[in-house]
Amino acid sequence: MPDQLLFAMEVTLNGLMAGVLYALVALGFVLIFKASGIFNYAQGVMALFAALTLVGIMDGQVPFAHLINAIFGTEIHHFGWHVPALLAIVLTMVVMVALAWAVQRFIFRHLVNQEPILLFMATIGLAFVMEGVGDIMWGADIKKLDVGLPQGINDWIDITTFEAFGYGFFIDNLDISATVVAIILVAALIAFSQYTKQGRALRAVADDHQAALSVGISLNFIWILVWSIAGFVALVAGIMWGAKSGVQFSLSLIALKALPVLMLGGFTSIPGAIIGGLIIGVGEKLFEFLIGPMVGGATENWFAYVLALLFLVFRPQGLFGEKIIERV
Amino acid sequence: MFYRESGDFSTTYSQDSQTFPIRFDRYRYYVVLAVAFLVVPFFINDYWANAVFVPFLIYAIAAIGLNILTGYCGQVSLGTGGFMAVGAYSCYKLMTGFPEVSIVIHVLLSGGITAAVVTLFGLPSLRIKGFYLAVATLAAQFFLVWLFNKVSWFYNYSASGQISAPERSVFGIIVTGPNTDAWAKYMICLVFVTFCAIVARNLTRGSVGRKWMAIRDMDIAAEIIGVNPMKAKLTAFMVSGFFVGIAGALFFSVYLGAAEVGESFGIDKSFLVLFMVIIGGLGSIFGSFAGAAFMVLLPVLLKNVLVGGLGWPTDLAAHLQFIISGSLIIIFLIMEPHGLAQLWRLAKEKLRLWPFPH
Repeated sequence: MPDQLLFAMEVTLNGLMAGVLYALVALGFVLIFKASGIFNYAQGVMALFAALTLVGIMDGQVPFAHLINAIFGTEIHHFGWHVPALLAIVLTMVVMVALAWAVQRFIFRHLVNQEPILLFMATIGLAFVMEGVGDIMWGADIKKLDVGLPQGINDWIDITTFEAFGYGFFIDNLDISATVVAIILVAALIAFSQYTKQGRALRAVADDHQAALSVGISLNFIWILVWSIAGFVALVAGIMWGAKSGVQFSLSLIALKALPVLMLGGFTSIPGAIIGGLIIGVGEKLFEFLIGPMVGGATENWFAYVLALLFLVFRPQGLFGEKIIERV
Repeated sequence: MFYRESGDFSTTYSQDSQTFPIRFDRYRYYVVLAVAFLVVPFFINDYWANAVFVPFLIYAIAAIGLNILTGYCGQVSLGTGGFMAVGAYSCYKLMTGFPEVSIVIHVLLSGGITAAVVTLFGLPSLRIKGFYLAVATLAAQFFLVWLFNKVSWFYNYSASGQISAPERSVFGIIVTGPNTDAWAKYMICLVFVTFCAIVARNLTRGSVGRKWMAIRDMDIAAEIIGVNPMKAKLTAFMVSGFFVGIAGALFFSVYLGAAEVGESFGIDKSFLVLFMVIIGGLGSIFGSFAGAAFMVLLPVLLKNVLVGGLGWPTDLAAHLQFIISGSLIIIFLIMEPHGLAQLWRLAKEKLRLWPFPH
């Protein structure tokens, strides 16, 4: 096989892996949007916040150490213990549930029945608050996150493809585990929403708020639940991205990457989020590979958006979304 | 709510259709103008100009621009930073390409160029709205920043990728470049702000502005009573782009002097201007000023109190600023979606009835 084609195949595979991560973030958006009609801009910051909290708990950092030191002139940094990864994940999840409750209680309960664009702007505010709180709590420096996932090149794929094509594919173990985790997560979510009582209530709320309310489903509880699930998805996404490129501010920018994924897949469809993520992941990598050199590179920054823009003009509901969008 | 007051009579049509038909507002406006033009320039120094007045005036223009689009016409835009970059780079190209032409004309022309670009990116608004449109404008933001970064023609092939403003003068007074006096910077911005605010105020209370508001309140009803939605939306994008372009051009040439697109016109600029509009008041020219003043003063205040007063580290103050501006957005959206302008209006109405509220 010619080299170019093999390169393209490798790029495609890597794009698929990146797409899985986009899909993970997009999934969090879709869950909240379906259940409450809120377009949660803060999803990416939630991933950052979750990853920061996880690292902080694992390393035994003192929360708000920076602030306390500044006020009282003390010199505290760490408790001096290390929490095992699994326990830290559970503790982080507790924090995310508390966050879900607080968001519901203090923000969105007061904004029920407002226009969607107003809710969207409120989540932008929320994103700023969480970013500031996360940085003050755990410090703004770049942190390493290691929860024991395998890293580095996958030798087996490298050797097998080398024997078959005479060219070894470079695929990161981390990407493979991210894919596996994402598949498990989606399967679990589908099982949850199909076979459990709470999951069915969730779907009922997503279909029709008032009807769900009239058969005795507590909207408040469901909204906290769905924000908690979104927090969990954010945590998973945060772990994956954090393990890949360190826990830092740019993590929150993946939320912006998830927006075109949603445009493509449709705002209301979980499979749409996943397929949209894969298309964007592969598309931007291939575009960068094929067209990028001609226009000076770094097309990854905008390719997804322009693709989404084209979709908006010709098929506003996305590939799988319901036709709820108001046409003008 | 009628913008009239009892006991304040108009006897001619021209009196009735003045920019400020209420006598008290009119006098207040004259006083503010007099102070801004005749008092402030004599007392301004470099610190006040660079930290407070010049950014406030420039952001006020940008906020007016975004307010026309978001507050009056109801089209949310997250691309303000990118659009300001269009203004800045076209101003740079014009300044270096035609050095003999006055900078005032360059700034106005870059406003026009930005208007054209923004109208182009406003085309999707004819088919989509709400946050779908917001995402479409995000596309503009990222695409424009990438464009100005990658195409070296825009920054005249300079090695650093930066653009820096050459020295230009108006009536023999240097207004751009490193040798500019504080009061000259202030005055040129003030002249543009006054011009923009008067244009915006009169556009928004005239037939164009009413069409925008009709589209914002209910587009289908507006179309039925004879407002052409395509025309109304695209004019809103165009006018908004003109103001944002002027703001971008001034921001680069007068305020920064040298700029790098990703740093000066990134997505955070878009959010900053959006926050000004929300906090100041959607659909109010006064609100744009109030919001711009608030968002410019907040970091200065925090820095002076926390870093200067209490001796805290700078990064802590920066993070606190994130928290405060984010929570303010949420609080305003919950308590008072019409922002500081509405609070001001309420205070006026309360005071008018005081001390007998019934």
